[in-house]
Amino acid sequence: MLHCESLTKTYGSGGRELTVVKNISFSLEAGGFLAIVGPSGSGKTTLLGLLAGLDRPTSGSVTLDGEVLERLSEDARARLRGEKVGFVFQSFQLIPTLTALENVQVPLELRGVPARERATGLLARVGLAGREHHYPAQLSGGEQQRVALARAFSNRPRVLFADEPTGNLDARTGATVVDLMGELNRDLGTTLVLVTHDPDLAGRARRTIRLADGEIVADSAA
Amino acid sequence: MNAGFVARMAWREGRASARRLLLLTASITAGVAALVAINSFTDNLRRSVQEQARSLLGADLSISSQKEFTPAVTALLDTLGQTGLARVTTFSAMAYTATGSGARLVQVSGVTGPWPFYGDIVTDPAGSWDALSRGPHAIVDPSLLGALGAAIGDSLAIGEARFAIVGTIGRMPGDVGMRSALGPRVFIPGRYVAATRLLSFGARVQHEAFIRLPVGDAAQPIADRYRAKLRAESARIRTVAESQQNLDNALGRLGRYLGLVALIALLLGGLGVASATHVFVRQKADTIAVLRCLGATAGGVFAIYVAQAAVMGLIGSALGAAIGIAVQRVLPSAIASALPLDVSTAPSWPAIGIGVATGVWVAVVFALLPLLSARRIPPLAALRQAYDPGGRPREPLRIPVLALLAASVVALAAMQAGNPWTGAIFAAGIGASVGVLAIMAWLLIRAVERWFPHAWPYVWRQGLANLRRPGNQTTAVVLSLGFGAFLLATLFLAQYNLLEELRLTGGPSRPNLVFFDIQPEQVGPVSAAISGAGYPVSSPVPIVPMRIRSIRGRAVEAIAADTLARGRQRGRQGGGWALRREYRSTYRDTMVASEKLVAGRWWRADGPHRSPVPVSLDADVAADLGVRVGDEMVWDVQGVPVATRVANLRDVDWARFEPNFFAVFGTGALETAPQAFVVLTRAPDAARRGQLQREVAQRWANVTSFDIAVVQEAVERLVSRVVLAIRFMALFSLATGAVVLAGAVSTSRFQRLRESALLKTLGASRRQVIQVVLAEYIAIGLLAALAAFILASLAGWALAHFLFEIPFRLPIRQAATLIGGTAVLAVLIGAWGSIEVVRRTPLEVLRET
Repeated sequence: MLHCESLTKTYGSGGRELTVVKNISFSLEAGGFLAIVGPSGSGKTTLLGLLAGLDRPTSGSVTLDGEVLERLSEDARARLRGEKVGFVFQSFQLIPTLTALENVQVPLELRGVPARERATGLLARVGLAGREHHYPAQLSGGEQQRVALARAFSNRPRVLFADEPTGNLDARTGATVVDLMGELNRDLGTTLVLVTHDPDLAGRARRTIRLADGEIVADSAA
Repeated sequence: MNAGFVARMAWREGRASARRLLLLTASITAGVAALVAINSFTDNLRRSVQEQARSLLGADLSISSQKEFTPAVTALLDTLGQTGLARVTTFSAMAYTATGSGARLVQVSGVTGPWPFYGDIVTDPAGSWDALSRGPHAIVDPSLLGALGAAIGDSLAIGEARFAIVGTIGRMPGDVGMRSALGPRVFIPGRYVAATRLLSFGARVQHEAFIRLPVGDAAQPIADRYRAKLRAESARIRTVAESQQNLDNALGRLGRYLGLVALIALLLGGLGVASATHVFVRQKADTIAVLRCLGATAGGVFAIYVAQAAVMGLIGSALGAAIGIAVQRVLPSAIASALPLDVSTAPSWPAIGIGVATGVWVAVVFALLPLLSARRIPPLAALRQAYDPGGRPREPLRIPVLALLAASVVALAAMQAGNPWTGAIFAAGIGASVGVLAIMAWLLIRAVERWFPHAWPYVWRQGLANLRRPGNQTTAVVLSLGFGAFLLATLFLAQYNLLEELRLTGGPSRPNLVFFDIQPEQVGPVSAAISGAGYPVSSPVPIVPMRIRSIRGRAVEAIAADTLARGRQRGRQGGGWALRREYRSTYRDTMVASEKLVAGRWWRADGPHRSPVPVSLDADVAADLGVRVGDEMVWDVQGVPVATRVANLRDVDWARFEPNFFAVFGTGALETAPQAFVVLTRAPDAARRGQLQREVAQRWANVTSFDIAVVQEAVERLVSRVVLAIRFMALFSLATGAVVLAGAVSTSRFQRLRESALLKTLGASRRQVIQVVLAEYIAIGLLAALAAFILASLAGWALAHFLFEIPFRLPIRQAATLIGGTAVLAVLIGAWGSIEVVRRTPLEVLRET
């Protein structure tokens, strides 16, 4: 489902170059659940971004559901994300001008697919029935992250990428969100890739890759 | 907290966001540029007037009269003019050339003596003026050559005399450029005036004498000594100082009004500063909270940002002043033909100083209100990002700061207008317009949200939703952009309606050629000649020149003296002119289409012999004279008293090209008085009208005529010239709107980067991201333009209805162009500021959060 080969990313140019991700290779099967852990600045978020095609690697390649990302144009990668990928961020990243329901609809609407019923259903599934017409500012952190989760699943993604999804939440709310992710992984067979600091959260994954200074220092199955 | 720390922090803080701050203060740049340009130009103009004052009149003194100078005046001229005396006799006549086509109504001036004593008359070829007096020569306005298809060297016919055209006039003393709009000027030697044989009865002749005194500054005492005596002889005396004062007042007034338009641009910039500061403080909340944690006082934090606003205001103003100086350098050359003198283009330091000071003040005073909230950011906010204690106490300084803001606007307007009342009214007008525009914009946004079709593609809905993103500056952008568009649109609508009214009155079946000064015995032959050429002839309208002798038994001289005394008490001129002027009246027993009865009743045509004679007055003139229906008036018709009673008052539509009259007499009283006639006709095109004018002028030299199309062109030129100046100043407001929009785009850059990165992450293509951006700016541009146009239509209607008293027409095509143009401007600026949004990859952006 997800495969990367000799992935390297270097930022900056001229005198001050910084290699954030160094020569990383691994594969993940469909329906798998991978946690990427490591200290701050170890390159976790950058790796996640490269895997999702949010930027081009300096060298190396990523294959996502059979598509080689480097061969795709930026728009083609965007289309691929719209069809096969879901995202959850530490800081939720909801669009402040849209209601909860509208936020969930966005990925499908970008493809011109009517999405109202599905979005309403997903919001109910994450426990937000009746809050459809609230704006992000009117929701608590946990509620916002649940909206983000509903949005991530709205397009029935093959892979869900999550960047510190519980980082801004208290332990209980965080647990609820992680439970939800687990359920969705099980019920829909979605592949999960998760970047986290949280050892509890990492412990739920079936596989853990540990990064330090941009390199894999450990790769263990639970 | 010491001042040094405030200054250092202001610098460090500003350094980090210099680009954004600069765009913030660039809002006031256009306004300062406009102010400096117009004030500097006005200063230069007035200084030039002072320096070249004597050449304005071309002499130390001038004495003029509508009548031949009386023996008393002539005697006085002989005494005063021993060092230098020149005379200019000006009258209207038809001019045509032997070889060219058509004929033109011109203003002929016969010059005797070495006028002008001061200043030069610029001619082409140079030096022609000196050749004028050497024989039957003529120097003419260049436009006459074009109109008649003539060239230098041709023979020009005026009345029964022939003149060789030896040159054209470039510029002459005291020429304000508007005078030739009444008809091209022709100068001939004074000794040939009699040869034209045109100064017979009925001709309007202006006699003017120019005097050079041995000592120039003796002019004013002389003028003061003889003024009353000369008035009794129907003559008027003018000095250099008086003409300078008149011109200075006129230019000063013009400069002040244009300066007010410039001030609008500056105030809109202030609005942009306020809005940008508001957003800026929100974005700086973390920094402020940290500073507070580290021991900065609320007042100290406030001082840091006020200092920043002042410095940025200074930079923005200095830039504006530089642009303003550049603009005023090119202004004189752009409008040189309309100016009576050479204008220097030296930068005016007072104008620059005032412009920069005004700019800094506006920047600071408009930044104060939003900066007050910086005082309210608690140190705790540094620890808890979403900290909002809710129900904060109201800022006690709010009211004083608001009052300072209002007072500043009024004071600036009063300073620019040169009088506190005008300033207050202007400030109130701007406040009201901005308020109405804001309400209009708010209603439009609500309406779009309420009724926007849900079936529309997502990108459009997202673009519209972006107008309400947190920290948006939609209102400020719509106001500043909209106000500029509103000014331009109102100006355009006023101009369009004025000119359209003129155009329509010359409709397809209406007369377009007027013959006047026809003597009674010429009426038959002239009419016959016109109908013989195949054109319709209106029934001849008689015109009888007369003055008012008494009203309700009181002599006008006594009334005028009273009015003058009362007028002085109230600080303005009374109705003296209406009392003393010459009236050119007619007599008939029916009303015409351009008249409407507003008081009294029209008299019966078949009434018995009437004494006193019924007379109908124009309602405005009656008001000036203080006359009501039923009042007795005695008129002086060429020395014969005619007793009348005011039978009714009329509203007259003067915009119609028809013989209209202030006073219309009943028939039976004036038939035997000395009179001339007017005849109207219609010929299909300019060439045939010219041909007919020429034929009549050749056979009856005293009969003058004008082509209505020529008058329309002259009026259009005049209106366009005035409008051009105002439009130029109004453009600065639109520029301010554009800068405020650019500032808002820049301020929200980070937010929009994140939003589009997010959209891309969720699968949006670049095309879709661009569409969202375009939708946002199309919406904001249309919003501003639409709000502006609705308001401008109301203003245009009010101007047409109340000021010009003409029907209001809305030009749909031009309206659409203006709305579309504003939207395109907004989209261009938005797109320019959004290139980065499209270019950057989503990961780059997300990593920064």
